[in-house]
Amino acid sequence: MKIDKSLDRVKHRSAVQAKERTLRISAYVVLIIGALSMIMPFLWMVTTSLKTLNAIFVQPKNWIQMFVPTMLVWQNYVDAWTKVPFGQFYLNSIIVGMAVTVGQVFTSSLAAYAFARLTFPGRDKLFFAYLATMMIPGSVTMIPVYVLMRVFRWVDTYQALIIPAIFSAYGTFMLRQFFMTLPKDLEDAAKIDGCGFFRIYMTIILPLSKPALATLTVFTFMGNWGSFMWPLLVTNTMTMRTLPIGLESFKTQYSTDWHLLMAGSVMVMLPIVIIFIFTQRYFVESIKLTGVKG
Amino acid sequence: MALKARAKETLAAYLFLSPNLIGFIIFTFLPVFVSLFLSFFKYDILNPPTFIGVKNFVDLLGFHSEAGKTVANDPKFWQYLWNTVFLMFSIPLCMMASLGLAIALNRKIKGESVFRTLFFLPSICPGVAIAILWLWILNPEFGMLNNMIYWIGKLLGFDLPGPLWLNSLGWSKPSLMLMNLWIGVGGFNMILYLAALQGIPRDFYEAAEIDGANGWQKFWAITWPQISPTTFFIFIMSIIGGFQGGFMQAYIMTGGGPGGATTTIEYYIFNNLYTWQNAGYAAAIAWFLFLVIFVVSLVNWRFGGKLVHY
Repeated sequence: MKIDKSLDRVKHRSAVQAKERTLRISAYVVLIIGALSMIMPFLWMVTTSLKTLNAIFVQPKNWIQMFVPTMLVWQNYVDAWTKVPFGQFYLNSIIVGMAVTVGQVFTSSLAAYAFARLTFPGRDKLFFAYLATMMIPGSVTMIPVYVLMRVFRWVDTYQALIIPAIFSAYGTFMLRQFFMTLPKDLEDAAKIDGCGFFRIYMTIILPLSKPALATLTVFTFMGNWGSFMWPLLVTNTMTMRTLPIGLESFKTQYSTDWHLLMAGSVMVMLPIVIIFIFTQRYFVESIKLTGVKG
Repeated sequence: MALKARAKETLAAYLFLSPNLIGFIIFTFLPVFVSLFLSFFKYDILNPPTFIGVKNFVDLLGFHSEAGKTVANDPKFWQYLWNTVFLMFSIPLCMMASLGLAIALNRKIKGESVFRTLFFLPSICPGVAIAILWLWILNPEFGMLNNMIYWIGKLLGFDLPGPLWLNSLGWSKPSLMLMNLWIGVGGFNMILYLAALQGIPRDFYEAAEIDGANGWQKFWAITWPQISPTTFFIFIMSIIGGFQGGFMQAYIMTGGGPGGATTTIEYYIFNNLYTWQNAGYAAAIAWFLFLVIFVVSLVNWRFGGKLVHY
């Protein structure tokens, strides 16, 4: 009787284990199919970027020819780099990206500190106004700002690319959410010691918020790197173009030179992919910080 | 004394706020109203604006009678609105796929971070580069997709012609939806779902197992209601994003064609503003878009909120 029961239990357990194993295997199958469909376009891009012009217009005979670079024409990258001023585009993207990022992290963190830690009349209404504008389509505000740039004669200047992009409600919101989670004890102690608000912000809040500040830095820089419509509106000349607009004009000029276009696309993507791989844990954290509660 | 401290704190607060607040007022807050104001004007940016009342809105949304038939004043606009909505039909599919990947990732898988990184990659790459890459993937003659379709046909033993994708009236929208699916499936939505799944207490499942529930029952009785706030959030954000979508694809990949089949509202706004220098009309469309998004969000909160279980 006793033996029967324990035998049953063993049977049951192995059935559960078998089921668990099937589920695990099917999870792997789903993930591998997903991963393959994600990676194939990228492989195809790299492979094309390393072919000769003639070779891209030949139907590949098998999977290997399609997804593994069998030719290594590095010259394509040199050609792409020199046919349009890619160096200038890179420089512009870096200048604009860094200026916007520094400006945004700085102004957002100041404002977020006020929203999270100070009491003042109108705080909640003002914060609500910030939140509400996040729901408004970008094109609504973009139209007058574009007109403003034209009126200021800022078209084709760094100011136009940088200044309107600095002030984001999102950055303020994200940092405020993070500052709210910090313990108050340290601040109280500092206040008793006679620290002013700015000292507290500099010596307590900012050092404790390194992960959130890093997240916003990476987010802003990467977002700005891919920014398209705004730089398209406010730049006219090759010398002021950022990478995405530069790549687009490259595409317009060499619309069938797919090997060069793919080389150009790789060059635009590469910095972002590298930054992403090194900083991806911040992404996950910040999505959890701002997303789940919303 | 206390009053003085409070005044001091208020002053400090506004000093902290001011750099951001001034920019926010100039570049976000005021433009919302200037935009509304502009929508009642004819304005080509070079010459001073002329007040034309609600003419922009009548031109945009109104109808007139032509040879006994009712015709829209701007039939293109309605076509573009339909295109925008049509492209959003991929949202449920995209959400299901995101959830599927998140569930698979949540099974304590080896190499989870490698998978996660790979899935995330398309959504952080610059959109222009992705658009150009997909233009090449969708190339009817030498693109990746039609190559693969050709091989699959050969495997099955007959000639399988791939579609013309972006060049064909019927396939252009599905092409863009496929691309959007590829971009969006593993991005923010998947991470949100993953976080939601990880937040479900294990005891719930253990209790269900004792009651003899199978995997399917556990999903519908526990997982699905528990993640419903996330589903709802993702859905609303996708709708809001969807109404504003499609600019980059239209500008870079299709030029809005064939026959306007891939022009979305956002691209129409851009063309009115930039290409045709018609800022007043652009502002009217943008405000209409804003109202649509506002109403849709309200309806969602009102009715969708009931479907959410906490």
